[in-house]
Amino acid sequence: MSSSSEDIIVCENVSKWFGDFRALNDVSIRVKKGEVVVVCGPSGSGKSTFIRTINRLEEHQQGRIIVDGIEMSNDIRNIDAIRREVGMVFQQFNLFPHLTVLQNVTLAPVWVRKKTRKESEQRALELLERVGIVEQALKFPGQLSGGQQQRVAIARVLAMDPRIILFDEPTSALDPEMVKEVLDVMKTLASEGITMICVTHEMGFAREVADRVVFMDRGQIVEEGTPEHFFTNPHHERTKLFLSQIL
Amino acid sequence: MATEVSQSQTRAPQPGIDVPGWLRKNLFSTWYNSLISVVLLVIVVQVVTGFFQWAFTTEGWIAAASNGRLILVGRYPAAELWRPQLALALVAILLGLSGGVWRGIAQALTIGFAGMMLVLTALWTQLPPANPPAPLTTELVLVGIAALVGGAYAAGRAGGERLRWPIIVGWFLAYPTIIMILQGFGGTAVPTNLWGGLMLTMLLSVSGIVLSFPLGVLLALGRRSSLPVVKFFCVVYIELIRGVPLITVLFMAQLMLPLFLPSEVRIDAVVRAVVAVTLFSAAYLAENVRGGLQSIPKGQVEAARALGLNVVKTTLLITLPQALKAVIPVLVGQFISLFKDTSLVAIIGLLDLLGVARAINTQPEWLGFPGGVWRETFFVVAVIYWIFSFTMSRSSRQIEANLNRGAR
Repeated sequence: MSSSSEDIIVCENVSKWFGDFRALNDVSIRVKKGEVVVVCGPSGSGKSTFIRTINRLEEHQQGRIIVDGIEMSNDIRNIDAIRREVGMVFQQFNLFPHLTVLQNVTLAPVWVRKKTRKESEQRALELLERVGIVEQALKFPGQLSGGQQQRVAIARVLAMDPRIILFDEPTSALDPEMVKEVLDVMKTLASEGITMICVTHEMGFAREVADRVVFMDRGQIVEEGTPEHFFTNPHHERTKLFLSQIL
Repeated sequence: MATEVSQSQTRAPQPGIDVPGWLRKNLFSTWYNSLISVVLLVIVVQVVTGFFQWAFTTEGWIAAASNGRLILVGRYPAAELWRPQLALALVAILLGLSGGVWRGIAQALTIGFAGMMLVLTALWTQLPPANPPAPLTTELVLVGIAALVGGAYAAGRAGGERLRWPIIVGWFLAYPTIIMILQGFGGTAVPTNLWGGLMLTMLLSVSGIVLSFPLGVLLALGRRSSLPVVKFFCVVYIELIRGVPLITVLFMAQLMLPLFLPSEVRIDAVVRAVVAVTLFSAAYLAENVRGGLQSIPKGQVEAARALGLNVVKTTLLITLPQALKAVIPVLVGQFISLFKDTSLVAIIGLLDLLGVARAINTQPEWLGFPGGVWRETFFVVAVIYWIFSFTMSRSSRQIEANLNRGAR
């Protein structure tokens, strides 16, 4: 596969060790602009570690990562430039508990993008409207349900106008009845053409929304393909076993 | 039917309060519980009656009463008394304005401050006249200051939000201004060896708190720094200071510092005490703040970094505010102990509140009193310390309550 200008994320032979444990083993992947990639796999397979290398929350020790034309290096300016373009939604939401919902959403636009407070607040209210919780804007995160908190976290990411959003098991910490409200927001985003990489166990979501499903095991990409191929006709035994266990 | 009734009840049933029932339940539930209750009651009665017998029969209060000025400002010259009074008035205005604008804790402090002034006035009118009489009677000054607080409070309420920044700037300017006023700016200089009493204690405490806070925070951040040199320096400093008693730091500052400095450099004794208290307190503060920083989940930093905030902004906007909020009770506790620890400067010859009390006890007028006057004098000083410490402690509870409104 030749490098194309359409590829917004390029990972080549990315490897990472935690001590003696090889968490990532020559992971290579190319993600096109606007593509929705779902990463799945058993726990400990390196899915989270992998997407965390894309915005340098984890440092990789081998291989190359190029995000939006910027090659990841140890230069902090490079890393910050990449982080401005890549948003991340966490399993545990990680909202800032000492700030209101509105302040959570306006923080980065004001302090990183240097927008005015007024402008940021207006945009924040639009985004909160979009994720359906504008009436909670002046509350603190601790006063919200898990599903609401995760939607605030998505609004917080959107406020930075990222070109890519990474989702790290966004629904795993939610009560079952709240999973849908978060997935609905994610589906809307996918339909709007934002590049998304999503670690999730929600196979319904993967089937419906993903352009590509990537299956990881023991730090390696075992199999990848369209949802149709992946769910109906997987090649590898490991993938079949995994699917038989979760479906 | 029964379930319908219980659902319509919105509150848990409240048992009625009856005194014998409460007593039986809480004080006399078992035979040993009854025994403990009775023994404690006897002890309390003994102590309280003993105290009141002493308090109402002793003549010794006169020593503290006739030394009001010494207790409040030490040996500050009588002709220059308007200087501390002006300083107090300045604080009164700022406090009143803050109380009017922010309400909450500031308002409670304002009321407390005004109340204290009025109580002092009432006490003062009971005292024998000063000798020589002060140019402006103290009662008048105290009432005036109470009125000033009230006026400033009203002005703050009327002015509202737009006074916020002027008041904050005012507080920052107040500290150097007060020091300048007390030093004798625009008139005869008043050397710091004449400063004393409550004024000196407050000055040492406020300086210590205001200066050690930023230093302590920096040390805490430094100790968690990834730069080995910074980290090493901070660890050594913190562990060194925490390993020695405050009194040795004070002695070091008073007696040894002059040996290291060239003879033409003379550092004021009060300044040296402030520096010693600050350096000492900062080390403890650093450890407390570090505890707060460590309690912040890793996800907070990750979320901030993932949003593109750099290390400095992440610290200032995300981790530090949460860490400081978490350690408010500990920090205030430390400020209270700093306030009381300033009494150690009496040992190195400064006449702070405690030093003044000791000076009063040795005045020749009280030689004829059986057993001396030290009980009464120290009791008065203890009450003053307690009022301030208790105020700080209550304020901290209030701040916590205010900050916790939005917490889970």
